[in-house]
Amino acid sequence: MEIIISFVIAVLCSGGIFLILKARTYPIVLGLTLLAYAVNLFLFAMGRLNINMAAILKSDVQSYADPLPQALVLTAIVISFAMTAFVIVLSIKAQSEFNTDHVDAKEDTK
Amino acid sequence: MINHIPILPLLIPLIAGFLLLLFKDFGLKFQRILSISSIIVLFIVSLIALSEAIDKQYITYILGNWEAPFGIILVLDKLSITMVLLTTVVAFFALAYAISENIDSKGANFQVLFQLQLFGLNGAFLTGDLFNLFVFFEILLLASYSLLLHFSNKEKTKAGLHYVIINLVGSTLFLFAVGTLYGILGTLNIADLALKISTLDKENLNIIASAGLLLLVVFGLKAAMFPLYLWLPKAYSKTSAPVAALFAIMTKVGIYAIIRVHGTLFGEYAGELAYYHTTWVLVIGIITLIMATFGIMSSKEIKNMVAYLVLASVSILLISVGINSKDAISGTIYYLIHSTLISGGLFLLADIIVNSRQSDLLTQQTPKLPNARVVGILFFGYAIAIAGLPPLSGFFGKIMILYASLDNQMYPIIIGTILLASLLIIISLAKAGTTIFFNTLITDEPLQNNIAKHSVKIVAVLLLIAPLMVIFANPITSFCNSIATDIFNVNGYVNAVLHKQIIGG
Repeated sequence: MEIIISFVIAVLCSGGIFLILKARTYPIVLGLTLLAYAVNLFLFAMGRLNINMAAILKSDVQSYADPLPQALVLTAIVISFAMTAFVIVLSIKAQSEFNTDHVDAKEDTK
Repeated sequence: MINHIPILPLLIPLIAGFLLLLFKDFGLKFQRILSISSIIVLFIVSLIALSEAIDKQYITYILGNWEAPFGIILVLDKLSITMVLLTTVVAFFALAYAISENIDSKGANFQVLFQLQLFGLNGAFLTGDLFNLFVFFEILLLASYSLLLHFSNKEKTKAGLHYVIINLVGSTLFLFAVGTLYGILGTLNIADLALKISTLDKENLNIIASAGLLLLVVFGLKAAMFPLYLWLPKAYSKTSAPVAALFAIMTKVGIYAIIRVHGTLFGEYAGELAYYHTTWVLVIGIITLIMATFGIMSSKEIKNMVAYLVLASVSILLISVGINSKDAISGTIYYLIHSTLISGGLFLLADIIVNSRQSDLLTQQTPKLPNARVVGILFFGYAIAIAGLPPLSGFFGKIMILYASLDNQMYPIIIGTILLASLLIIISLAKAGTTIFFNTLITDEPLQNNIAKHSVKIVAVLLLIAPLMVIFANPITSFCNSIATDIFNVNGYVNAVLHKQIIGG
């Protein structure tokens, strides 16, 4: 399980970085989202990967999963959601003002 | 009431922001009065908090009565409250200028965003928890994105797009660093992290070291250190003047975070990791200073030049944080107070100059300015202050830092770079001043005076800080010294938060 999780995080990260380096707003939005997914998984995994453990501390439960990473991930999801919404609106604004989706507002000269 | 003082600097701007939204229909005048009075109340509360902090050294505020390290905690000490006070002063002048120049009426919700920006800044200064620092960073960033793009035009949109994207990537890196620290140490409370790092296993040393450096990248992005400064000149020069003036404190958030987080986590008890980040900060600071000086010399626009001047002042702060001695940190605090206020004022002055010339270009000749004498004297004063010439405060800050650098092995490079950079900055400022005020077109019609009469006064009052910081240099330096002593007393901080001591070293 550890190998799969770390592989997934690595793929998401590299995909995110690749898309951000495209320097066009729509791929950047996607890339930032992928990076956010990667970091959420990473935070989740930092509470250690457990199977068959109670999520919340009860009096009769002996072993339970660490609740803090779950709270952190929840906060991170909310924040990244808000930020994605903001950057999408900004991208649309840039697109309508420059008539291009390049972040420097210029077309590539090939 | 006095028990709740650490949380008041957060609540006042937050509540003011909500009230501004609720009573939006009451008109601009009401909004302005509410906004200014919120900042004045904030100033008074910060002053009371400062006297409390001097009295008691550390005041902790346990939110929801969950004991640290389990709950979220606010820590009020001399350093954090000084930063809050500084923010309040800059915010007051920026807001006063915005009102006087009618900038807040050009788009919706300027005042609300301004208050929320203060909420985020104050939260970042007062929190004692790494994840909470992330949350407050996001709050201040989201407010700053909107302020930057307020009443936007094409140039602003472009600069804003770069600023937003690079900061979003920075936030992701922050979460990776936080996750790594939590995965190894199982806590996110800054004091508890310092405690756990002091008893760290050898096998985890490198992971923590890399997490620390990742945090340095994030804070370096905020502080605009090399090579992460490229967003700064555009963003700062294209946005409206009061927002740029308020942003003068934003780069200092990065410096504060390096001092607070790295200084505590990787302090004297961190074993092999003790102050391992300082070499990085020092070398990068020197490179940033060189790049900033090139930027100042090559600027063709006034506002761009001021943005690079902010970068130069940040890099001097980075250098002195990197020197990492008690004298250097004391000099850092002194120079930080000076440079924040002066560069904030310089943005406002640049706006006045650009508005009266109706041109931002330094290459363009314009007719004589309508209020050339007053504005010229102000430019002269600000130039002396920011370049660090005697008799104003920049000189004394630099002397403190240069004097402290003598204990460092790299002192020939540090002193050489700072002095040479200062010389080049003075020459560039002199050239800019000559172009603006002396190299004017001779025409019959002078330029129209389109500056509100209070705007110039606001900028002039802000300049008074520089001579005042020289006149009261003795009490201010001894205060800075006591802050520096606190910063190096990691055990004092840990003890105040957790009621435990770090043993060994």
